[in-house]
Amino acid sequence: MAEEKMNSDKMWVTMGPQHPFSHGLWTLRVEVDGEIITDAEPEVGYLHRGWEKECENRTYNKIIPMADRLCYSASMTWSHLFCKVAEEALDIEVPERAQYLRVVADEICRIQSHLMWLAAVGTDVGNLTIFLWALREREFMLDLNVRLCGQRLTTNYPRIGGVRNDMPYYFERDCMRAIERFEKSLWDIIRLTDDSSIFVGRMKGIGYITRKDVANYGITGPAMRGCGVDYDIRRDDPYDAYGEMEFEVPVLKEGDAYSRYMVRIEEMFQSCEIIRQAMKKLESIPKNAPYRLKVPKCIPEGTHMARIEDPRGEGLMYLVSDGTESPYRLKVRSPVFVNVSASKHMVQGVRIADIPAIMAMIDMCLGETDR
Amino acid sequence: MSEDANIIEKPSRDDIVSLVKAEFGGKVEFIESTKKNIKAINEGRRLFMKADREVLHDLAKYLHDKLNFEQASSVAGVDWVDHMQVVYHLTNYCTSMVVEITVDIPNDDLHIASVSDIWEGANWHERETYELFGIVFDGHPKLERLLTPKSYEFFPFRKSYKLRGQE
Repeated sequence: MAEEKMNSDKMWVTMGPQHPFSHGLWTLRVEVDGEIITDAEPEVGYLHRGWEKECENRTYNKIIPMADRLCYSASMTWSHLFCKVAEEALDIEVPERAQYLRVVADEICRIQSHLMWLAAVGTDVGNLTIFLWALREREFMLDLNVRLCGQRLTTNYPRIGGVRNDMPYYFERDCMRAIERFEKSLWDIIRLTDDSSIFVGRMKGIGYITRKDVANYGITGPAMRGCGVDYDIRRDDPYDAYGEMEFEVPVLKEGDAYSRYMVRIEEMFQSCEIIRQAMKKLESIPKNAPYRLKVPKCIPEGTHMARIEDPRGEGLMYLVSDGTESPYRLKVRSPVFVNVSASKHMVQGVRIADIPAIMAMIDMCLGETDR
Repeated sequence: MSEDANIIEKPSRDDIVSLVKAEFGGKVEFIESTKKNIKAINEGRRLFMKADREVLHDLAKYLHDKLNFEQASSVAGVDWVDHMQVVYHLTNYCTSMVVEITVDIPNDDLHIASVSDIWEGANWHERETYELFGIVFDGHPKLERLLTPKSYEFFPFRKSYKLRGQE
């Protein structure tokens, strides 16, 4: 057996934890036969800090800012998800105004998270201009975050029973201006990417996953919709005000890295559309309507589950409460944790040089992967 | 979607209840939620079950093969001190139905059948549950520590493992 291994031409190459493609601390060990990858093994856990156990030691209100830190670029959806599961436990629906404000905040967060991803993809596949352009557009979204929540990244905006504050003066005007500007400049970015033969050539035709496998591996979010699964929790399992929004869910059947990229670009346009509708709806809700319910400190005994469409996929929290002011157990299902476990199958048979383009489509975020 | 002709692509809530009852009888118990104001529960997109440990793998296979539950969203462990519990969340993409299955495991025999042969996506969730709670998933292809260092000999998410300030 040992001799067989010695004589084999295959070898294991460790990519990471400090590697430009990894976007965080994780390792992808690949077995290569020349240039072709024959096997792979992702390794995570460098950032494991026992997030779920830490929560058992804190009151529910103290967990909201902690949930922000699960993923810095999608902080809004994580604190939103935690508030959702706590509201489910209390058996309440938040006031209408808070629902729409959450939708607006979520979609701003989705756009800026996708732009951060686009910037990372740009550097990964060799187009530095995209990095600069995408980050410039992202600043406008972060400015909206500052206006609405007072923070750029870890916003700490949702509360159990509503949101922290109503819109500030002229937020509506600023938001519409930023969205309109963004839609125009997104077209500029698309021209930059789709006309670049390097950019398209490095992504097209690699990292194929079939419709059946993508469900079986548990891949969710844009990566799943790029492989032909027509499913979006915002539309099919609506939470908060998403049930009243009209938007399209982009689905592509090709299943390669390029289609996953296209789905994310199209999602940004749809997010703009959702913000526009939510803003219109907010106009018709009286300004002095409540945006937050007063909720008890302790959550009644029971088990509760809520899920949400994170920019990266399906976020799910399972809460076991024992009637005290802190959770008995809180389980977080992170989309990237499952997506990265399938990277083994995605890189099978491609060349080493294709790995950055395939892995970029997972949109790594180690904070929520390792928890 | 499977090529199997017997598959029910869009099973309704009642379909699932009656078919699972007919197949597994008293081994699977259905729990009605007491919540009144939650949209997803009122519109019938949630189903709560409690299954025996022996039938879990068959039940999972039945849900996957016949009732089109294509994705295993999560596998969670809960330490109830006097026993352990494993909680599965399964999703049907056609109807958006999420089934929650809870399985009790006695403390002196922490074994349960792995479902990672049915859903590849459950693989890492089971590894995580193993390393944090010490629940062994029989038949798992690679039951090793994933997030914590390989040298750990304790299970940090058990209630017997106290955090600073809890002692």
